[in-house]
Amino acid sequence: MILDGKCPTGPIEKSWDNHRFELKLVNPANKRKYTVIMVGTGLAGGAAAASLGELGYNVMAFCYQDSPRRAHSIAAQGGINAAKNYPSDGDSILRLMYDTIKGGDFRAREADVWRLSQVSNNIIDQCVAQGVPFNRDYAGYLDNRSFGGAQVSRTFYSRGQTGQQLLLGAYSALSRQIKAGTVKMYTRREMLDLVVVDGVAKGITVRNMVTGEIECYAADAVCLATGGYVNVFYLSTNAKGCSVTANWAAAKKGAFFANPCYTQIHPTCIPQAGEYQSKLTLMSESLRNDGRIWVPKKKEDVGKRPDQISDEDRDYYLERKYPSYGNLAPRDISSRSAKEQCDDGRGVGPGGRGVYLDYADSIKRLGENTIRERYGNLFEMYERITDDNAYKTPMRIYPAPHYAMGGLWVDYNLMSNVPGLFVLGEANFSVHGANRLGASALMQGLADGYFVIPYTIGGYLATVKPGTVKVDHPEFKKSKEDVSARNNKFLSIKGKRTVTEFHRELGKIMWNNVGMARSKESLTEALKVIPKIREEFWQNVNVTGTGGEINQQLENAGRVADFLEFGELLTRDALHREESCGGHFRVEHQMPDGEAKRNDADFSYVGAWEFKGNDKEPELHKEPLKFETIHLAVRSYK
Amino acid sequence: MSDHKTMTLTLIVWRQKNANDPGKFETYTAKDITEHHSFLEMLDCVNEDLINSGKEPIVFDHDCREGICGMCSQVINGVPHGGQERTTVCQLHMRKFKDGDTIYIEPWRAKAFPIQKDLVVDRTAYDTIIQSGGYTSCHTGGVPDANATLIPKEVLDYAMDAAECIGCGACAAACPNSSAMLFTSAKVAQLAVLPQGKPEAAARVQAMLNTMQECGFGNCSNHYECQAACPKGINVKFIAKLNREYLKALFK
Ligand SMILES: Cc1cc2nc3c(=O)[nH]c(=O)nc-3n(C[C@H](O)[C@H](O)[C@H](O)COP(=O)(O)OP(=O)(O)OC[C@H]3O[C@@H](n4cnc5c(N)ncnc54)[C@H](O)[C@@H]3O)c2cc1C
Ligand code: FES
Repeated sequence: MILDGKCPTGPIEKSWDNHRFELKLVNPANKRKYTVIMVGTGLAGGAAAASLGELGYNVMAFCYQDSPRRAHSIAAQGGINAAKNYPSDGDSILRLMYDTIKGGDFRAREADVWRLSQVSNNIIDQCVAQGVPFNRDYAGYLDNRSFGGAQVSRTFYSRGQTGQQLLLGAYSALSRQIKAGTVKMYTRREMLDLVVVDGVAKGITVRNMVTGEIECYAADAVCLATGGYVNVFYLSTNAKGCSVTANWAAAKKGAFFANPCYTQIHPTCIPQAGEYQSKLTLMSESLRNDGRIWVPKKKEDVGKRPDQISDEDRDYYLERKYPSYGNLAPRDISSRSAKEQCDDGRGVGPGGRGVYLDYADSIKRLGENTIRERYGNLFEMYERITDDNAYKTPMRIYPAPHYAMGGLWVDYNLMSNVPGLFVLGEANFSVHGANRLGASALMQGLADGYFVIPYTIGGYLATVKPGTVKVDHPEFKKSKEDVSARNNKFLSIKGKRTVTEFHRELGKIMWNNVGMARSKESLTEALKVIPKIREEFWQNVNVTGTGGEINQQLENAGRVADFLEFGELLTRDALHREESCGGHFRVEHQMPDGEAKRNDADFSYVGAWEFKGNDKEPELHKEPLKFETIHLAVRSYK
Repeated sequence: MSDHKTMTLTLIVWRQKNANDPGKFETYTAKDITEHHSFLEMLDCVNEDLINSGKEPIVFDHDCREGICGMCSQVINGVPHGGQERTTVCQLHMRKFKDGDTIYIEPWRAKAFPIQKDLVVDRTAYDTIIQSGGYTSCHTGGVPDANATLIPKEVLDYAMDAAECIGCGACAAACPNSSAMLFTSAKVAQLAVLPQGKPEAAARVQAMLNTMQECGFGNCSNHYECQAACPKGINVKFIAKLNREYLKALFK
């Protein structure tokens, strides 16, 4: 099937304004008759729930944490982009759009990216009105910093905690609506199924994580804002509870999964210290401004202390391979290069999985105080985790899974192919193409939540009669039975291996075979191994406790079971995409200098997969991508 | 860095099946722990051992494991988050302990935070306090340009110092009166100094303070245990600011 993104036509500058005008409206007095389910209350879902509640819709919002304030958006450090052009350095909506399309290696829709860039400015205004403390200069004006992939300074930030401050802003708006009674908040609920009636999304089934009860909720539209899926790699910078479960439940009910192979591996994370490791911690990319990355030239030297290795015995490999960009080479290239050095046996630290990020030269040049001023909090965090003082000895870093560009397929209205099902934030696939630029995810989440869905959902709801399906409908009954049966199955297996052991095993194969460098061979092998792990899981997992209580093992069993299915789809997508683009790197497709080699003739499309059952091949649907405003070109940062 | 050395520790952990169960301490052994394990990774290892020996693992809240979401909440040897300065329990590492140590692990204890299971408590009361007024009543859209109102850097920095609160509950857990004053004051102070929050300052401080009491939190009698326990170093000066704002509101 050829998919239609329903993008507006005509001049891009007017596309969103015209589209908004053409959307049908719901009469203010009728809005409260419509119920909307919002699964997820991070930046995207929190902003959306608050805005829809304020418009007068009857909103039910869900999250798995004990409070909406704890969604993983809270962990974002760096900042949020907007085309304000406050510094007058040549920024514009068009330039932000251009940078985002190019950064995504020409694999995103133009109209969606234009809209994102256009509303980016409203986001900053909105957050300031909420009391978000963005950094300011001494005159009281908002301050900006620069981020990767851009030549202008357009990133707004709150110290090193931008995500936290933006989320608390959305949370405060949401709290106001909860108090006003327009939003009912359901915390510690995990969505386990999407309920579809006659082909239309009409509700969800969740597990109450405190009582264990399986509960059903009906609505006129369902929105998923459930975040990203890179915990499929087990170790990632995501929170422990992040999963693909909500998205996968929707996929199994017919929603197409787009570009699952587009995953971002972030170059500067603290390396794994041991087998017991439970997650990886990101160190802001800004560190690469003043640090030099190296590994020993000789394998014999990897066990030596860094200060015992003389300058001529060090390989500053990024400076060697990419002389013009050096240590500031783009994320994907830096990450891959680090892996190559370690594969070559020249990695440092435990397990040989690390490279040095060395400040000695800049400390000599600028003094320790300047470095402390710029990066003090990061050095502190590094020391808390590693016990190493990075002023005295180089940091050790290694790439880690960080962000999912892929997600459920949505059209321009953020509606999936299942009518009534909308997808927001990291959970959809829409704007980042094959690679996301820094400070753009926060922008997307808030754009979707504050400024897109409040319009587009109205266009849909205006066409449906409210309250037609209630939770006594047979589809809800069936969904509840299916979910209970699956949970009971987990509890009844009583095998010999823990849920975490299976997750680790899956993560290893995903990371080694479907990680930073993928080949036909590695992917084919993964496609053989993953079903075997899955099979063993269903026979040999040990899930303790009962279903009627707080049971973290049961929660995790469900998430890992979903990853074991989804991981296979991700791998299949990576195998089918015979090109390299952005975060998807196929070793067979590279330029002589190691750059990603795109194949626009055959792959300039969104690949959206339809689930057909675990024992059947999924079906691929394509949405061709057209570039009319920004011309297809080889991505180069040299 | 010495990777070869491992520790064996004795854990005395609060186990409670549910809200109605009286609960009791149980003793466990943590084996093969290195100094690089985080505290929660140490508990992960103990849990894997418990599962493999047919026992119920210890339930504890956690999510980001980066010290920012505020989900983790354990009292370690009597101190919320374990006593390392400006550190949540998820960021605490085992190098702060030594081989043979005995460690007591308990949930937050405060009337307004009922225990749900083992180390997990219900912190809905903090959300209720924010819902009573911890916001500016702006609408989505229809707000002025972000640079229309200038905010002096000192004011901004003060607001940000307060806004860093992660809402974990350690302040109330540390307080002899189980007061949520540090938490409440941080939000009151942040919004009271910003021009966007000023118009509602008087109504906000009264509503939030009343709600704090209704939720079952005690009053502040200046023990300042909260500041010592706060993993973000939120300063008690915000409590003084709340008190000033409250007095101002009363005489309005
Ligand atoms: C360490 C780190 C640093 C980052 N730094 C930056 C940065 O500087 N700039 C930038 O732009 N981006 C950054 N990002 C990316 C950005 O933070 C995320 O992409 C973005 O915040 C995602 O927002 P979201 O609302 O889509 O999802 P989330 O914030 O992840 O929210 C997901 C929500 O869904 C809920 N949920 C999930 N599954 C279920 C379920 N089954 N049932 C019920 N509820 C469910 C959760 O409870 C939560 O409320 C960073 C990411 C990480 C991990
Ligand atoms: S788990 Fe998030 S702060 Fe500790």
